[in-house]
Amino acid sequence: MIAALWSQSPALAELFPLFGALLAGVWGLYRPRYSSPIAIASLVGSLVFALMVVCRVLAEGSLRYRMGGWPGPIGIEYVVDALNALILPFIPGSALLALWYSRGLIAEEFSAKLPQFHSLYLLLVTGLMGMTVTGDAFNLYVLVEITALASYALLSLGGGRAYLSTLNYLLLGTIGASFYLLGVGYMYIKTGTLFMPDLFARMPDLYGSPTLTAGFILMMVGLWIKMGLFPLHGWLPGAYTDASTPATCLIAPLVTKVTVYVMIRIMYNVFSPHFVFTTTTWSDVVPYIAAVAIVAGASLALIQTDFKRMLTYIVVAEIGYMVGGAWLGNTAGLTGAIFHIVVDMVMTLCLFMVAGIIALRGDGSIESFSGRFKTMPWTLAAFVAVGLSVIGIPPTGGFFSKWYLLSGAIEARNWVFMAALLFSSLVAAILVFRVVEKAFFGSLDEEHGDHGHHDHHSPTESEEAPVGMLIPLWVGVAVIFALGIFSGTLIEKLITHAMPPGLF
Amino acid sequence: MVEVVEKFSFGIYLVLLLIGLWAMIGKRNLVKKVIGMTIFQAAIILFFVSIGAKDEATIPILRNYYGPDATPINPADYANPLVHVLMLTAIVVGVSTLGVALSLIQKVHGKYGTVEENEILEKST
Repeated sequence: MIAALWSQSPALAELFPLFGALLAGVWGLYRPRYSSPIAIASLVGSLVFALMVVCRVLAEGSLRYRMGGWPGPIGIEYVVDALNALILPFIPGSALLALWYSRGLIAEEFSAKLPQFHSLYLLLVTGLMGMTVTGDAFNLYVLVEITALASYALLSLGGGRAYLSTLNYLLLGTIGASFYLLGVGYMYIKTGTLFMPDLFARMPDLYGSPTLTAGFILMMVGLWIKMGLFPLHGWLPGAYTDASTPATCLIAPLVTKVTVYVMIRIMYNVFSPHFVFTTTTWSDVVPYIAAVAIVAGASLALIQTDFKRMLTYIVVAEIGYMVGGAWLGNTAGLTGAIFHIVVDMVMTLCLFMVAGIIALRGDGSIESFSGRFKTMPWTLAAFVAVGLSVIGIPPTGGFFSKWYLLSGAIEARNWVFMAALLFSSLVAAILVFRVVEKAFFGSLDEEHGDHGHHDHHSPTESEEAPVGMLIPLWVGVAVIFALGIFSGTLIEKLITHAMPPGLF
Repeated sequence: MVEVVEKFSFGIYLVLLLIGLWAMIGKRNLVKKVIGMTIFQAAIILFFVSIGAKDEATIPILRNYYGPDATPINPADYANPLVHVLMLTAIVVGVSTLGVALSLIQKVHGKYGTVEENEILEKST
């Protein structure tokens, strides 16, 4: 029994949220209040099997799972190696924390749509898990679109302005996914296969072919639109700011980061370091684009007055970190980029949780933090802890990923990217301490007076968030510190094995 | 002649792709943007289906492959079915995206009373 579960774990990790989504959607129509326990149970199941996959990868090295017993190019194989084994458990884990955190909000805001909401929530997780484990280039496209469709529906639930900004996201997201699909077509013309290991094996003879170069560029541009790399980030701030708290807490940490993972997978396991850095002549330019993304994201975050919108620009800057690290072309940079995917998932989750709590107690502007340290100390303390990681102060996870990115930039002698990283850390420090300063020294009365609020309670009365929201937030904070403290083990056991051969 | 016809279909794919892209980015009417998105996806479907086409080939249903008078199968006699399968999936994805887009436009229309982007931006500020 255990052996069977052990060998089927890659499929089970994916099937739990898939069947959970069906169950929550269908059974939930008759018994709406069961949809939430179904969602929690299937995410827990998915997390357990994802952890089992990690144990298998640690014990056996990279593994392949044949869906339905069909091998290789005929069927669809799941290929799990150290790279996606690292990311896999964070997807259901983060979704579970976000669901725990927003249970009260969901029951309040979507009381009439509980089964639909949970069904979409689980479908999004299914799509992301599939994107992470699949070994088939076309299957990846379908899963990208499943994820995207679920996220459009979830984001638009925010109502009001969310409809227009989601439509904007939908149009740009479709362009991105279609570009990726075109790139797959170009690769298929040349190689006659869609199976990633076969593509990797067949392509070296064809390097230098303009069709492959065109396909590679199309795939990269498509993925950059999907992840919101700076000049192509137009959809991101609007879509994430206007959405409801439960939807952003799920989507903002996961979707863009898993897309970064897909980019790394395509660059190194479909194409190769040799193709990306030797055959392709323009690859040196990408770290500079990433540097521009970091500087622009950080600067735009600086001028925002709304806390949640500021966070979305931090997300834009962080995407620049990971893209730059992956394109530096050395082991340190790639290690930093991969580690930062995981760290940034947890960091973004915690930041948006704080934003959700603040939006409950005020209008969500940075001004509304005034004097909050007295009334909601636990939330603000969590924000400071996450802020340390965003700035990159040890022993948080953010320090170690940034350390590897910096040493990668130095090794590649890319001073512009290095300067952008340092600049962004400086700006992050300003952003965090601006909020902390407001929360510590700002006066609560003044703020309430400014906005004409009629507060029914005295300023000293606790406005602390409910415990059900604080525990997931603090679990996230603990994970950030754990990632920092155990970064050495993680990098040694998993990330070093994810380094493609031929990369220095 | 055959080559011209082949290139003709790839040429149309490029033209359709650009028309769709232009409509999605340049048009202000949301419905026209979504029409552009549909043209864009149709262009990609045309591109993929063109890959599978072969000269003198027929639909990929095997003839005479079983029984006493079976003949050996020659792949060149049949069009490539894989790309059609891929595009069936892509069409399903496209239809779902279109459905979500249209329902979002309906919501936008319900809120602002218009589907012109500039009028919506005027009203929302």
